[in-house]
Amino acid sequence: MTHVKAEHNVKLSQNVEGIAPSGIRRFFDLASSMDNIISLGVGEPDYTTPWNVREASIHSLERGLTSYTANAGLMELREEISRYMEERFQTKYDPADEIIVTVGASEGLDIALRAVVDPGDEVLVVEPCFVSYAPLVSLTGGIPVPVPTSMEDNFQVSVEAIRERLTPDTKAIMLSFPNNPTGAVMGKAELEEIAALVQEHDLVVFSDEIYAELSYDEEHVSTAALEGMWDRTILISGFSKSFAMTGWRVGYVCAPAPYAKAMLKIHQYAMMCASTMAQYAALEAMKNGRQEMEEMIVSYRQRRNYFVESLREAGLECHSPGGAFYAFPSIRATGMTSEEFAEKLLIEQRVAVVPGHVFGAGGEGHVRCSYAASMSQLEEAVDRIAAFVKNVRK
Amino acid sequence: MTDKERELLLLIEKEGRMASDKLAKMLELPINEVRDMLADLEERKVILGYSAIIDWTKAVGTEMVTAMIDVKVTPQRGRGFDEVAERIYRFKEVKACYLMSGTYDLSVMIEGRTMSEIANFVSEKLSTLESVISTTTHFRLKQYKHDGIIFVDDDEDDHRMVVSP
Repeated sequence: MTHVKAEHNVKLSQNVEGIAPSGIRRFFDLASSMDNIISLGVGEPDYTTPWNVREASIHSLERGLTSYTANAGLMELREEISRYMEERFQTKYDPADEIIVTVGASEGLDIALRAVVDPGDEVLVVEPCFVSYAPLVSLTGGIPVPVPTSMEDNFQVSVEAIRERLTPDTKAIMLSFPNNPTGAVMGKAELEEIAALVQEHDLVVFSDEIYAELSYDEEHVSTAALEGMWDRTILISGFSKSFAMTGWRVGYVCAPAPYAKAMLKIHQYAMMCASTMAQYAALEAMKNGRQEMEEMIVSYRQRRNYFVESLREAGLECHSPGGAFYAFPSIRATGMTSEEFAEKLLIEQRVAVVPGHVFGAGGEGHVRCSYAASMSQLEEAVDRIAAFVKNVRK
Repeated sequence: MTDKERELLLLIEKEGRMASDKLAKMLELPINEVRDMLADLEERKVILGYSAIIDWTKAVGTEMVTAMIDVKVTPQRGRGFDEVAERIYRFKEVKACYLMSGTYDLSVMIEGRTMSEIANFVSEKLSTLESVISTTTHFRLKQYKHDGIIFVDDDEDDHRMVVSP
């Protein structure tokens, strides 16, 4: 780009300059330039949003419901979210001042971090994780401190790993279970150990529970529902994954009123409100979307079972991912780095997976494979991966 | 019926016949157990058959004419509607036959190569049955959706970006 005129020196924020672009970008460019690939690199459902949800949004447009909503979102939607959180996860939030409808869970993460973190504060980020946590912490001036997990521990975070990284500046911790990219889940007992430590050190918890519904072997346990945790937890969730609504950009945060009030301040100045038509869609999803969602979940679980077992047969060690729609096999046996593996697999076998290192500490040596793809694609992908692994191990 | 049997049935209802090893992985069952389960369900006539859903309008020269016929009948003492229904559904032209509540009794779906073939069937076979009081024939003009599968356009293409976080 040479459109910047000579008399202007570009003046970017050092903070922003210091943030590396997402490592996923390079891979996206490479994969996009190729034809006939099977992509297991997609971080979203393979379903289209259920028709009743789409239809409700169309109907809202026909009725001319195109103005702003309250900053925190449609009251009716917040009431539904409140009811849902209580019935589904036994955690209670007042729709009046403890729930904010956001522009996807992504905005929820951003306002949660900005509401809590001051420059110099340390935020523990359990990794591997969604690519935006650490950069969002950095944007607040805070310092992201990676807490690695590993396959040996089923990618569950340990009390010791957290304890080792605590300093007087540690203010908060970011948890995300079920996890993208590992598919790891944490049960009640394991979470309670973390909760005890968190309370002992008086930390704030950001709990990204966007994949809560996609927990296949055991019921999801919300961090906020644990004894003594509600007061210190900011829960981030949304409709994208469970209701196949990624493109609508509608999510929510739930938190005690003082936190919600602070987040609402940012939200009202930065966003005003989430898209109105998307909120009407979300309202329909909450009211009448359960059955179709459950059918999707059964199908994800079946595909997970098939895919993980097939990866193992292909010679890749793989922990059992209890949730989300990702498998995170180890590729160490091939002697390659994640990046090499992913790139060679793409070029030689035309299967796109995402190298694990882009998801942070503990990700190297693994690749993320999304099984939110059709069974026929998964079968073909498994054949190709098996051929690839066999070849490189010769 | 066990949960696994139900899950298996829901799966093959949608996907059709599937290889046992694939089913075994998807359902987290040993392959022998899946084979036994299928054999048992077939034996008990829970699974009656496996078929494909085909859009014949796209298979040149093979399109069939389909009619839905509302049939009013006189039920017979002791056997109700079953006997007359049997006399109707045994014709191979009959693709489906249901006993209905409402203004008529049997709903009969007929398939033929031409309209006159169907007309012949109705006038010669169906309406001449003693118990049949009247028939109303509706010809199918276009198939939008059948057995949960949408036939028109394919707006369900994968629009996702190839790699995303």
